[in-house]
Amino acid sequence: MKKKIATVWLAGCSGCHMSLLDMDERILDVLAVADIVKSPIVDGKKLPEVDVTVVEGAVGADEHIEEIKHIRKQSKVLVSLGDCAINGNISAMRNFYTVQDALERSYADSDTNDAPQIPGCEDILTLDKKVVPLHDIVKVDYYIPGCPPTGDMIFYVLNEILNDRVPDLQKEGGLKNG
Amino acid sequence: MPDKITISINGTEIKTEEGKSILSVCKENDIHIPVMCHFPGLTDVGACRLCLCEVKGYNKLLPACTTLVAENMEIQTHTEKLKEYRRVIVEMFFSERNHMCSICVANTNCELQDMATEVGMQHVRFPFLNQECAVDASHPKYVIDHNRCIMCTRCVRVCSEVEGAHNWDVKNRGYNARVISDFDQPWGESETCTSCGKCLNVCPTGALWAKGSVQGKLDKFPEKITDLIEKRGIH
Repeated sequence: MKKKIATVWLAGCSGCHMSLLDMDERILDVLAVADIVKSPIVDGKKLPEVDVTVVEGAVGADEHIEEIKHIRKQSKVLVSLGDCAINGNISAMRNFYTVQDALERSYADSDTNDAPQIPGCEDILTLDKKVVPLHDIVKVDYYIPGCPPTGDMIFYVLNEILNDRVPDLQKEGGLKNG
Repeated sequence: MPDKITISINGTEIKTEEGKSILSVCKENDIHIPVMCHFPGLTDVGACRLCLCEVKGYNKLLPACTTLVAENMEIQTHTEKLKEYRRVIVEMFFSERNHMCSICVANTNCELQDMATEVGMQHVRFPFLNQECAVDASHPKYVIDHNRCIMCTRCVRVCSEVEGAHNWDVKNRGYNARVISDFDQPWGESETCTSCGKCLNVCPTGALWAKGSVQGKLDKFPEKITDLIEKRGIH
């Protein structure tokens, strides 16, 4: 039976998903052994039970905490994709400031903004005080470092996991990548 | 002539001389010990704690760079416990300040990144302190970014021991410790700094760099400093 993969995007910039597409035609090798059942680049459906979920981005809001806990419950293997998921990276740079200051800097005091207004409505997520990496909230099985990680590295890790092997990132250059 | 002595490192008997550090004996015998604060020719201070070794008869771990060898010393450099501790130390470097590789000038040319790979760090198991650290760009040519500093104090030592200027020093303790210019003044106002740039070349991370450096494109030439130290015969 074919395996199921999901890819999710939390507090990140989508760069890691761009890198995912940098696997180029090798994505066909992945699709030969697995189906992508949920991803920002396909259709937005509820996350079913999957074999592997690859998560980009850090945890920076209430909604993210619920989502990552749900993902953990539904996934046999959880992979942190990229520096935001692993250590907060750029997303965590607002940790030095209060949420209000960060919002004001982005939406009100920004030089390029001629109609300052901080967005606020119940439909959009509420930012947490601190941005934290995924493994602060749930157990993570594998880590793919880089900002963004290379397509080669992502393919290597996915290919190993999908073929029931353990990826050895040490061998692949570890943090040097990206 | 110093007295000849026999020690054992990882079970292998080694003949050496008194007065040498464990680290230098290991180097002579091609035993690689991870180390960050050590720089060839500068006084060792045991700041980074990565070179900690087990010595039989001591209940404490001893830094290889500042511990001198002695007759019949039995040293272990790579036990499972030491490997785990080294990983913990590197993770603590990352959690203490803000090492954002993706926007750092030293990305891919960084001893801290190399060390993380070497000790097998894949993520940081400790909560990040998220300390807000200053960036001092008041010097006309150089910048010090405290976010990336790991307090190895190589800059402090090279400034004092090789350049003889002693612009750099250290204030406070623990995670509040910071490298300071003169009496904790902006670097640009320093009366002692000669703008020689030696500190930039010995810095293992992206904490000290020349203005105009861009992300991931920092050039460092630590070998030039080693060369200079050897030629001047400073020890």
